[in-house]
Amino acid sequence: MAGTQYRGSEITDVDQFVKDAGGLESDREKEIGQHIGYRYDVNLVPDYKRITPFLEKYMEVMGWDDLNWLEDIHMGYEEGMPAVFDRNANGWVRIPDSIALPDNQQDRDMIARELLVKFQMSDKHPLASLRKAYMKF
Amino acid sequence: MAGISDADLKEMTQEERVKALGMTTEQLTGKSLYIEFDPDADERFTYPWAPEVDFNKRTEIDTDEMDTTEVNNQIRALMAEGYGTIVLKNPRGKHSIGVGILSKLNLIIEGSTGYFGVGLIDGPNVRITGRVGWSCAENMMSGTVIIEKNAGSTFGAALRGGDLVCRGSVGSRTGIDMKGGSIIVGGNTGSLSGFMMQRGRMVFCGDAGKDLGDSMYDGTIYVGGSIQSCGVDAIEAELTDVDKAWLTRKLTQYGLMPDKGVDHFTKIVAGKQLWNYDNLEAHEKKLIL
Repeated sequence: MAGTQYRGSEITDVDQFVKDAGGLESDREKEIGQHIGYRYDVNLVPDYKRITPFLEKYMEVMGWDDLNWLEDIHMGYEEGMPAVFDRNANGWVRIPDSIALPDNQQDRDMIARELLVKFQMSDKHPLASLRKAYMKF
Repeated sequence: MAGISDADLKEMTQEERVKALGMTTEQLTGKSLYIEFDPDADERFTYPWAPEVDFNKRTEIDTDEMDTTEVNNQIRALMAEGYGTIVLKNPRGKHSIGVGILSKLNLIIEGSTGYFGVGLIDGPNVRITGRVGWSCAENMMSGTVIIEKNAGSTFGAALRGGDLVCRGSVGSRTGIDMKGGSIIVGGNTGSLSGFMMQRGRMVFCGDAGKDLGDSMYDGTIYVGGSIQSCGVDAIEAELTDVDKAWLTRKLTQYGLMPDKGVDHFTKIVAGKQLWNYDNLEAHEKKLIL
């Protein structure tokens, strides 16, 4: 019932959900067989010292002083694979194996932001074909 | 699908277009459900369909004798011509102006708007010199919106991303159902602000009304003044150095930094006692069976 003081388990290691896809820590999670809560810290604010040249250029093109909506983009983990949630496609997009994962979440988040912008702006994004099919001419 | 031009598509009905693009005939059996990023994707900063606009190319629209649809169509037509800075004069409290802009643009509204102004936007930088009505910038995806005076209720409802700034005070239910982004208010906010908040950040330099953060699931609320009361499952948390650094950066960026700094802000987060869907599931099944 609401108000039973259940809060999910803490994220203790940057590779927690890569090493253990389930990420079941607490008794309650083991009981129901699923991790409760996000698989990354949604409240982590970006470290601008780690920004990539692509993201700097993106900010300049858009006329923004900071990462704007990308402040809410993080690298998450889906079934033991690093992935980013794409709100435009409403699904996870996986990070290819050829990209080495840094050892900290801040650098991973910067990679996630860069890949997501490139994907959303490409002709290969599902929204591009959906738009062609359903747009008003 | 390759080989079909926009001109061809334009001649078709929607049903024909959907079939021509293979959207109803795609073979799904055996297809992986997973999508993977292309590490060699081109560097591109705007949507493929977005008009090429130049911030230095500026124009004005006198909206005095125009209705909302005419104003919104005119904005699109000017963007298609490459105008990157558009000034709307005499908005006279029109509702729903500047909505659905999905690319970069500097939009300056000289005056006040009615309800649902600049909603559903994805990218533009908007400055409104007057006041705004209900639900300003609702469902905003990205960009910046700055309001120089006060705002009505449900300011930034269901905000998904970007910065929404009001230099004055705002009404009740600010950021209701917010799923990301930042709402920054120079003055006070009304009751039930942050109701059902799921992600993102809210900053109120002034006071907050009753039931702040009621039923919030996640996200962070910072209040510089007094809080009349917190809602269900909204609890006070420690203001960390990371919080202070973020507050300092954002408030300085928008010229809202209080003289006494940010150390006095109160941080409100979710107590996470509402994360109990699975506890309820068994009871729901019993009811159904």
